[in-house]
Amino acid sequence: MTQVSRVRFMKPHWIGGLLVAVVMAACSVGSLFKDEKVSYNQQIRPIFNTKCITCHGGIKKSGNFSLLFREEALAKAKSGKYAIVPGHADESELIKRLVSSDPELRMPLEHPPLSDTEVGLIKKWINQGAAWEDHWAYIAPDRSITPPSVGDPFAKNGIDHFIFQRLQQEGLAPSPEADKATLLRRVSLDLTGLPPTPEQATDFLNDTSPDAYPKLVDKLLKSPHFGERWASMWLDLARYADSKGYEKDLERSIWRYRDWVINAFNRDMPFDQFTVEQLAGDLLPSQDAKTIENRLIATAFHRNTMSNDEGGTNDEEFRNMALIDRVSTTWEVWQGTTMGCVQCHSHPYDPIRHEEFYKFLAFFNNSQDSDLYNEKPKLYTFTPDNEREVNRLIAWIRQRVPASPMTKSTGPTAQQPLAGIDKQRHTLLNEAGFRKFEAEDFDSTSRHIELFDNQTTIMQTTEGAFCAYNDVDLTDVTAITYRYTTSFSSFIELHIDRPDGPLISRIKIPATQEGEPGAWSRWKTFGTFGAPVQKTTGQHTLYLVFRKDQEFRSDLVHVDSFELQVANAPISHNPALRDSVYRLAGIPAISTPIIMERPVHRSRKTNVFIRGNWLTKGQPVQPGVPHSLGKPASGVLKNRLDLARWLVSRENPLTARVMVNRFWEQLFGYGLVETLEDFGTMGAKPTHPELLDWLAVQFQDQHQWSVKKIIRDMVLSASYRQSAIVSPELLKKDPRNLLLARGPRVRLSAEQIRDQALAVSGLLNQEINGPSVRPFNPTNGSWKDEKPENRHRRALYTFWQRTNPYPSMVTFDSPQRNLCVSRRVRTNTPLQALTTLNDTVYTEAAEHLAQFMDQRGRNLNEKLSIGYQKVMFKKPSEAKLVLLQQLYSEAQNIHQSDVAKRTLARAPSARASQKTDVPALTLVANALLNLDETLTK
Amino acid sequence: MKRLTHSDEALFNQATFNTRRHFLKQCTSGLGSLALLSLLDSCGPGNTQLSKNENPLKPLSPLGSPKAKRVLFMHMEGAPSQLELFDYKPELAKLDGQLCPPSLLEGKRFAFIKGVPKMLGPQACFAQHGQSGAWLSDYFEHLPKVVDELTFLKAMHTDEFNHAPAQLYMHTGSPRLGRPSIGSWVTYGLGSENQNLPGFVVLVSGSEPSAGKSVWGSGFLPTVYQGVQCRSMGEPVLYIKNPAGVSDSLRRKSIETINKINELEHQEIGDPEILSRISQYELAYRMQSEVPDTMNITDEPQWVQEWYGAIPGKSSFANNCLLARKLLEKGVRFVQLFDRRWDSHGTDEGSGVGEGLRRNIRTIDKPIAALLQDLKQRGLLEDTLVVWGGEFGRTPMMENRAGDNDSPFKGRDHHIDAFTMWMAGGGIKAGYSHGETDEVGYYGIKHKTHIHDLQATILHVLGFDHEKLIFPFQGRNFRLTDVHGNVIRDILA
Repeated sequence: MTQVSRVRFMKPHWIGGLLVAVVMAACSVGSLFKDEKVSYNQQIRPIFNTKCITCHGGIKKSGNFSLLFREEALAKAKSGKYAIVPGHADESELIKRLVSSDPELRMPLEHPPLSDTEVGLIKKWINQGAAWEDHWAYIAPDRSITPPSVGDPFAKNGIDHFIFQRLQQEGLAPSPEADKATLLRRVSLDLTGLPPTPEQATDFLNDTSPDAYPKLVDKLLKSPHFGERWASMWLDLARYADSKGYEKDLERSIWRYRDWVINAFNRDMPFDQFTVEQLAGDLLPSQDAKTIENRLIATAFHRNTMSNDEGGTNDEEFRNMALIDRVSTTWEVWQGTTMGCVQCHSHPYDPIRHEEFYKFLAFFNNSQDSDLYNEKPKLYTFTPDNEREVNRLIAWIRQRVPASPMTKSTGPTAQQPLAGIDKQRHTLLNEAGFRKFEAEDFDSTSRHIELFDNQTTIMQTTEGAFCAYNDVDLTDVTAITYRYTTSFSSFIELHIDRPDGPLISRIKIPATQEGEPGAWSRWKTFGTFGAPVQKTTGQHTLYLVFRKDQEFRSDLVHVDSFELQVANAPISHNPALRDSVYRLAGIPAISTPIIMERPVHRSRKTNVFIRGNWLTKGQPVQPGVPHSLGKPASGVLKNRLDLARWLVSRENPLTARVMVNRFWEQLFGYGLVETLEDFGTMGAKPTHPELLDWLAVQFQDQHQWSVKKIIRDMVLSASYRQSAIVSPELLKKDPRNLLLARGPRVRLSAEQIRDQALAVSGLLNQEINGPSVRPFNPTNGSWKDEKPENRHRRALYTFWQRTNPYPSMVTFDSPQRNLCVSRRVRTNTPLQALTTLNDTVYTEAAEHLAQFMDQRGRNLNEKLSIGYQKVMFKKPSEAKLVLLQQLYSEAQNIHQSDVAKRTLARAPSARASQKTDVPALTLVANALLNLDETLTK
Repeated sequence: MKRLTHSDEALFNQATFNTRRHFLKQCTSGLGSLALLSLLDSCGPGNTQLSKNENPLKPLSPLGSPKAKRVLFMHMEGAPSQLELFDYKPELAKLDGQLCPPSLLEGKRFAFIKGVPKMLGPQACFAQHGQSGAWLSDYFEHLPKVVDELTFLKAMHTDEFNHAPAQLYMHTGSPRLGRPSIGSWVTYGLGSENQNLPGFVVLVSGSEPSAGKSVWGSGFLPTVYQGVQCRSMGEPVLYIKNPAGVSDSLRRKSIETINKINELEHQEIGDPEILSRISQYELAYRMQSEVPDTMNITDEPQWVQEWYGAIPGKSSFANNCLLARKLLEKGVRFVQLFDRRWDSHGTDEGSGVGEGLRRNIRTIDKPIAALLQDLKQRGLLEDTLVVWGGEFGRTPMMENRAGDNDSPFKGRDHHIDAFTMWMAGGGIKAGYSHGETDEVGYYGIKHKTHIHDLQATILHVLGFDHEKLIFPFQGRNFRLTDVHGNVIRDILA
């Protein structure tokens, strides 16, 4: 039996206990519409969505009748009848079927009938003309909303007027402001992800002026750690990771994008610019090389898609998977709309059609990337030091190597990402006669080429595999030298233009090492071997084709690089020049995969994928945005740049709302729309619709998309500053604090927990930006080799390996960053406790904190109190201090008895018991780092 | 109207944060997922003990009638050849060395085969065993003893021919990263019977699966439902050991202090989440003693170790089989063994389907037979579902990477259209075979079963309707079997 009946029995408790806030929210939203007219959005759509749309919507259109779009609903159904005849409920087949006594006809089929009230409402609505209304989120926010006047002396700004008015309606009062220490810690962790610095803390706690708090907020907003903290939020959306995912999950160098995000938040880049640069930075015109470079790095947003390097995979399949992810991610991030379903069929309940997914995909389909192993196209940049050196060498060499007529001196353009310094270097090296190619730098390959040795060598998993290099200048090339390793001989052939094009070189490559031929994973001894090349001229695509000699095992030859010898090259008769050229060539570049548009004449066509299957192509489509979001006033959106601009235009109803809601959730624990990822008809309704719209307008118009200003408004509000203390009555009335009659109190994020422990113990390395680091990781022994100074960087710099994410991050609910994730779940589990109790980084932090306590305190009580204060910025209560003392002395006793046992006859001296027992103090520090108040803001 | 208690609220907060919307739907329309239905239980009248109520891994009962309470899934990573183990094809032997007819190649995509490969006859000898007369190859010495416990699925098929996507497909129902694994779904739906151990335990031998930890990841489910990898060497579970110098009694005292301070904090603040934290720290302490005990095989009698072929201190599939029994015995809901050595391409001797495969089988044959016998004698087999298989099968053609069809070692390429898996234990027929392939073992010709069918069947045996165990994410209700899957009714006991 009985679970079903049990559930039914339980239902009232749930509605009573949990839904109260939401139900109330819905009621007051309803009360905004006092008009007698039936509201489609408020009264009819909820009935359709819960009772009808499963069979008469975007997935199924039973009886050829759908309620998704008005024109579909008013059309003749399969039966030949009209389900809805506006103005005439009695003639509408829908009503007849709702009240029919024949169970074969009565709707909803095989489900309980609609109530009389519901049928009455639908009748009335049809008689009033069956008007459809757009979903609230698809109607632009009302720009004339002003905060209501509540006359509450506690209100600090507009936000409070909305919040307090609602509290008044519910018969609730706001809580008083939190104590200074709590507020200090809360706002500091919220704005910078770190506890306050000792100076910030002292300044604020001693400042009795009325503007002490705003001053603190402004200091925190200026902190360079602000960008790091908010980047963490954005990187979940961007699904940022340092590896590519899937089987091989190889490293991807894309950390400069992470730094771009940090810097953008720190510089308070307006959110519209932030949007346009990430979605279409490659299409923005500019003459400034640095600007171009930064914008190209921003486009790496959509190069965070996973790619599959496993042997024998189809690159086109995974290119399409990445595209689909780009569409879904763009929709979730900017529009709070879930598009996953529309990949296969029309949206089940939101008015978005199947083909509209692919119209949107067409905006992204023309980027050059194609799931290649080496992730081309890429941007190559240098560290500032290296960049100076490159420039110096280029200038020096240029004086000694005349520019060839082939070198056109074009300025940098967005269409020429290599037009920057790396392209100059490349051109100059070529002219000097230095033509070295890294084997992995191919432009295309046959299916069975894989990368090895951390992606620095190529290998072949079948005989006859090839790789191709575009636009290789073969003029005056006389020979080629391969750097490679293998344990049996093979042939390498050079063909031009096609894999079977003219053969210009063929050489038998001898083994470089002894050993079992099949043991390719142990090929380590590299050698070089040269071969003559037949004379040819001009630029060609060069194919390296691998052929077996006596045998083929799982592989033939691992090639690291090859170099072409050029007759009479400048470097061949000038040793000093040669040295400089080699030095220039040897300066490492930082690569970042970017989005680049294919030239118009090579643009890809986009088709609908029938049922989402990339192999079954349907009708061709042109770029476009879904109709339900309105027609762009600017006319047709032609490309990604138009699209990005439309997203942040005033006519887009969603972007500003979706973003202020994200900031709100980060600060208050829950969004005003709780489903951050879904503003559609099945998403949560806003708890404070007018506040949401007002904030959106403030963000977009008043603050000109300034993220810092909108966040400042939020943390300056009295609502944010409230104490989090909750009475049992309030807890019953609003268990999830959606009404905000108290301040926010939620567990810290995975990053904050680690960073806080490092910060309060004094271990934190505060360096900002740079390549990802590999701190101690019990699941990856090779991370032991990381430089010591990199072990205590902030969590967001930890190398993000998709298939083996950093254990403590995942334990504290960070997503794996395979897909865009808007909301982190907050769980509370024993594995979390074990992490903060026993993970090396937390035990190290405890040791350091204990040393600090020991040095700063004159007696035990002071030491303990100082430790607590270091974490909580206030003195412990007497009761807590006593508990800490007890723990210390118990630990001390156990230690002393251990020491006594170990030293046998030698009794512990009286002195020893007076000296601080640092291990005991460490245990106390470890407990301090594990308190609920420590793990919570 | 009855209000929630704090602990109920705490449970709700932590376990259903993400599913609240779903809840709303369910409470108002009566539709919804079973797992959440069961969570409702904790909101009922009468406040039972705290630690039980606020635990997202609290054991739950499914709606259906479960035949098994727990699962052991043995994944042979790399995909062992069904043609050398279970699917006896005398016709294929006759075709050995002949060029593959073009009809078998048209429209096909292979990972490595190119051009026209040669057919490769079975490299093993077959004989019938047990009352059921099941065909087994002579690679197995011990499996014949338990063959009458097994049900073979001989016409399994999948859609993915690369390892990582195929493994994800097998374990998450989707070839892409990001979905919950089957063990996560099961612990989400059923909780765990032993609160001092993780509900979903993973043991790995060989190296880690090519799809990485995602094959036991929780995807979009709360991470509390992800598989916990236990290691037979070193720390059995990450961070389970106290740091040097912290004894068990000190740890107990420190957790007591933390919890007492947290109680003071709760008195002051009133946030029920603090009570949750207190119980999670208690639970952590209990795990610290129970996990290392369970993960220690040296306390098993010598003869049991020998029976399994287990050697304490080593990392091996045999050790993992013995550990699996201990874990299942203690009420762990889902135990997953991964063993990586089965990718038989024939690029060297070890990866051939001849002597290489025979040698590999020796490492699993004895422990699996011992495990099944042991589970049976302890009365555990009747309500434990055992599943064995790879992520796809191998081709009846010989792989020809060298391009000339004369590899010195016989290997087979990845094959999605036909492979063999077997199941045993709770709810499954004993001594049965389902599905048939054609005479060369290329396609299923009778009772084909897709991996979604296998997944639907596993959930069914545990008492779930696979179409109803759902979770809302990115705007849609997701399930393990996506929009596919049929329970394989013929194999149900």
